[in-house]
Amino acid sequence: FPGLADVSISQDIPVEGEITVPVGSHSPDEDYSTLDEPVKDTIMRDLKAVGKKFIHVMYPRKSSALLRDWDLWGPLVLCVSLALMLQGGSADSKDDGGPQFAEVFVIIWFGAVVITLNSKLLGGTISFFQSLCVLGYCVMPLTVAMLVCRLVLLAGVGTVSFIIRLIVVGAMFGWSTLASTAFLADSQPPNRKALVVYPIFLFYFVISWMILTFTPQ
Amino acid sequence: IACLVMYLFAEFDDAANLLAANPDATTISIDEPVEIPKNQHSRLPEPGREEDDELLGTDDSDKTELLAGQKKSAPFWTFEYYQTFFDVDTYQVLDRIKGSVFPVPGKNFVRLYIRSNPDLYGPFWICATLVFTIAVSGNLSNFFIHLGKPTYHYVPEFRKVSIAATTIYAYAWLVPLALWGFLMWRNSKVMNIVSYSFLEIVCVYGYSLFIYIPTAILWIIPQNVVRWVLVVFSLCLSGSVLVMTFWPAVRDDNRRIAVATVATILLLHALLAVGCLAYFFDAPELDVPAPVIPAHNGTTVITKSH
Repeated sequence: FPGLADVSISQDIPVEGEITVPVGSHSPDEDYSTLDEPVKDTIMRDLKAVGKKFIHVMYPRKSSALLRDWDLWGPLVLCVSLALMLQGGSADSKDDGGPQFAEVFVIIWFGAVVITLNSKLLGGTISFFQSLCVLGYCVMPLTVAMLVCRLVLLAGVGTVSFIIRLIVVGAMFGWSTLASTAFLADSQPPNRKALVVYPIFLFYFVISWMILTFTPQ
Repeated sequence: IACLVMYLFAEFDDAANLLAANPDATTISIDEPVEIPKNQHSRLPEPGREEDDELLGTDDSDKTELLAGQKKSAPFWTFEYYQTFFDVDTYQVLDRIKGSVFPVPGKNFVRLYIRSNPDLYGPFWICATLVFTIAVSGNLSNFFIHLGKPTYHYVPEFRKVSIAATTIYAYAWLVPLALWGFLMWRNSKVMNIVSYSFLEIVCVYGYSLFIYIPTAILWIIPQNVVRWVLVVFSLCLSGSVLVMTFWPAVRDDNRRIAVATVATILLLHALLAVGCLAYFFDAPELDVPAPVIPAHNGTTVITKSH
């Protein structure tokens, strides 16, 4: 290096110091090593995540928490409880009764998959499981409606009870649709929003119809 | 450029007039519609040109035409390939639905609205809506008809949903398949001017089913006269869409085969409507006290009381 020929370093001055790279106060291993924690912590963490999502559905605000950390526990619990509550309908003839458990299950999951595929094919940017997660969690108002309907039906089957059920189911249907639209609409291309929202509307309408037409034996 | 535009329009006008005047003339038309430059608005609107204007559609569909050559180039095992079948905007779907409900005499649905951009969104979701509309309306109609009878116990009749789904989706996919195969076979024998791809036929059939959705809702009215008037009306509308689409494709063939094809198309369409009416909607009963029959609606033999 010709340019450095005239640079001289005095040999009396020691060169010393510390070479440290600042690291975070915890190593990455400690974050994800959950093997040693008590089981209660593990379960509570997941339960809290599920609970937080339920609250997001109840008060739909534009939040990315529901979308980012998707899980399918909530939809599974909701779907199973809804299908269970829809049992015990007219079972005197095998035909023409209400939907069977498997039918409800298939309608909800297959419907959610089809809607997700539809939105992705139309150019949506949401991922497959995120969309399933949102659609599943937004079934919650309808599950609440089913619960209310069963309670009302315990009191009696008549015009008044039907009107109460109609109002409750209608309101919950609107809530479900609005909640899921609030979460999903942003990820769609702007001139196709209606094309994506309509199948969601149809999906919740079918579920509401199943709830409304539930008649105990 | 204005001269070029005028020249192209003159050509198109002549061709349209020739076709209108002499429908039996053998004309060769390229499957891709004529590409007109975007500056349609610069020309003076003349009364004779309005027909062309309607036929050519809007500016955006011109853009679609120009890009038509670039579509469907992805291999069929990728997701992008299937995305090309959903390349429609909201207004395009609404336009296509409008075109199926208000058929313009003389205009071909495929040429006017689909224009080399067949989509699967319309057929799939119109069929899904129709399935649930028929099931729900049938259930409601039966409920109102049998209301008040002491022996009547309401059942949701959920089985009928799966039957409706099978029927309608089979109709919307198998009949176009058969028709497409038939047209391909005839094309190999007779040099035909107009040929449709399988997806375009599926598209036409899917959109032509749209009129049955409001019809099914109106079938709740428990009057036989009303129901049959609705059947005839909706059959006329959607049948005319189908006829105007497929007549140009078969008219160069043997006259009897052409008529038979179109008649079969209409017959199947009518069969679908009548079959749905008969199976899902109980006959409205006259004011005679009905015998005590448990309302197992799915297995009741429906007899028409007219």
